[in-house]
Amino acid sequence: MDLTSDYGTELPPKFSESAQLSIRQVSKVFPGKKGWFNRMTRTTTRDFLAIEDISLDIEPNTFVTIIGPSGCGKSTLLNMVAGLSMPSSGEILLNTFPITGPGPDRGMVFQTYALMPWMTAEENIRFAVETVHPKMDLKQQHRIVKEHIQLVGLTGAEKKHPHELSGGMRQRVGIARSLAIDPQILLMDEPFGALDALTRGFLQDEVERIWEQKRKTVIMITHSIEEALLLSDRIVMMTRGPAARVNEVLDVPFPRPRNREEIEQHPAYHELKMEMESHLFRETRAVEEARVLSK
Amino acid sequence: MTSNQATTERVSKTVNRAGTSGSVWQNETVLAIALFFLTLLLFLLFWEVGANMKWFAKGMPTASKTLSELWWWITHPFFDNGPNDLGIGWNLLISLRRVAIGYIAASAIAIPLGILIGISPIAYKAFNPYVQLLKPVSPLAWLPLGLYIFRDSEKTGIFIILISSIWPTLINTAFGVAKVSPEYLDVAKTLGASKLRTIFKVIIPAALPNIVSGLRISMGIAWLVIVAAEMLLGTGLGYFIWNEWNNLYIPNILVAIFIIGLVGLALDSVFAALEKFVSFGRNA
Repeated sequence: MDLTSDYGTELPPKFSESAQLSIRQVSKVFPGKKGWFNRMTRTTTRDFLAIEDISLDIEPNTFVTIIGPSGCGKSTLLNMVAGLSMPSSGEILLNTFPITGPGPDRGMVFQTYALMPWMTAEENIRFAVETVHPKMDLKQQHRIVKEHIQLVGLTGAEKKHPHELSGGMRQRVGIARSLAIDPQILLMDEPFGALDALTRGFLQDEVERIWEQKRKTVIMITHSIEEALLLSDRIVMMTRGPAARVNEVLDVPFPRPRNREEIEQHPAYHELKMEMESHLFRETRAVEEARVLSK
Repeated sequence: MTSNQATTERVSKTVNRAGTSGSVWQNETVLAIALFFLTLLLFLLFWEVGANMKWFAKGMPTASKTLSELWWWITHPFFDNGPNDLGIGWNLLISLRRVAIGYIAASAIAIPLGILIGISPIAYKAFNPYVQLLKPVSPLAWLPLGLYIFRDSEKTGIFIILISSIWPTLINTAFGVAKVSPEYLDVAKTLGASKLRTIFKVIIPAALPNIVSGLRISMGIAWLVIVAAEMLLGTGLGYFIWNEWNNLYIPNILVAIFIIGLVGLALDSVFAALEKFVSFGRNA
């Protein structure tokens, strides 16, 4: 018996050493109501296994998209990476250290923007910078805020409150706020889900442009195949929930910087698109059928 | 999409309005003001005629008599010929002072307590019975207790204002804090904000519309209660009414009612403006 194979069983080769973020055999169970009160009133619910045994390694400076049918636990997975909830089993490592809670090394962009309505665009971004760097001198804080307002193309709208901005502009503030704290990883939870198609396309192009400048590791959740193909280096396709798993990870070979028209000419584009479509159709159909049967 | 539709609708509405507003009488505001003055005129006319024809209770003053009394009281607000002959300005200031002290004390208790109760779901459940039990008690029910404890009409008045105007602010603050959008809290968490920073920079501003509407309801109640309480206390607008009742001089009672209404309206408008100021597009 040779020693290397023995060593190999201890450290499974599927976990990459160079990964910035390593999701290792993560499952998430939402416990059901089983207390004495619920039992007496017969309102007990079962445990819900949202995610089962997901493993994923994410290399630095890659744009990863997670795509899957609705209710498959994409957001649950992202929230665990953000540290807003904890895995029921398995672990998530950031630079080889396990994630124990939320922190400014991960920036989050929310689907519904989550801007503070009482703060102007500028104040929303400054709030993030101040919170993360309380001891930084004001001039530098101001410079960072201004820089990020320029980066997302909001110059001129700094003094406006969120309710005076369009959905697209609000999400720009959201993106600027998450980038201003200079996180190692940017987490985006369906960032364009609440926008109309035109604004959505426009903002996708903006994110592509910003990504080329910053080259941060990004994990983005989306429902849109075109969006995933335009932006990502890798696409993680998840199966339907409950007990959602990773079905397949696709590598997107298009050269960067990208634009919509060019990638559509790429020979691999349609094949990838077909593959994703058939996966999503299959899973969504199964979800719908399960819903019909349960009623 | 919906926002686009809303915009189109708004545009078409404005166009519509602009298109038909050839005459001043098509404008909604102008019509409302006209209707207001018309009904006021009809009311005063009915009153004047009715009082002269003795349609109402015996001794009911005419509208013109009441209006001239109102004019007299407004033009002579500050005179002091002893507690039973005091200008209405002084009485008003006395009432406002009592309300201000009791109300500010009530708010100073209700807002911090409401925040504490709202932050903790356990405290929310634990204190809810107290609040729900004490809230519906008529403020005047506290009057004997206040008089017994303080042996002083001034302190009792303030005590009653305090105890009756504390609840709406407390309930609204706790509710506003408890229902702060979890997203804002997630933002604070992902940034690693401390508990204190989260409370002062996120939770309180987020709950501010609720806090202000609580303050507005409390102010309304305080103004309702002071008049009733003062009837038993000795000075202020409430006592003015009570005194005129003892004199059986009805015009002055009507003048006082009008002034109480007017001041209540002014106080409420201040809070309405404040509500608007802190809403930032949200509807509390």
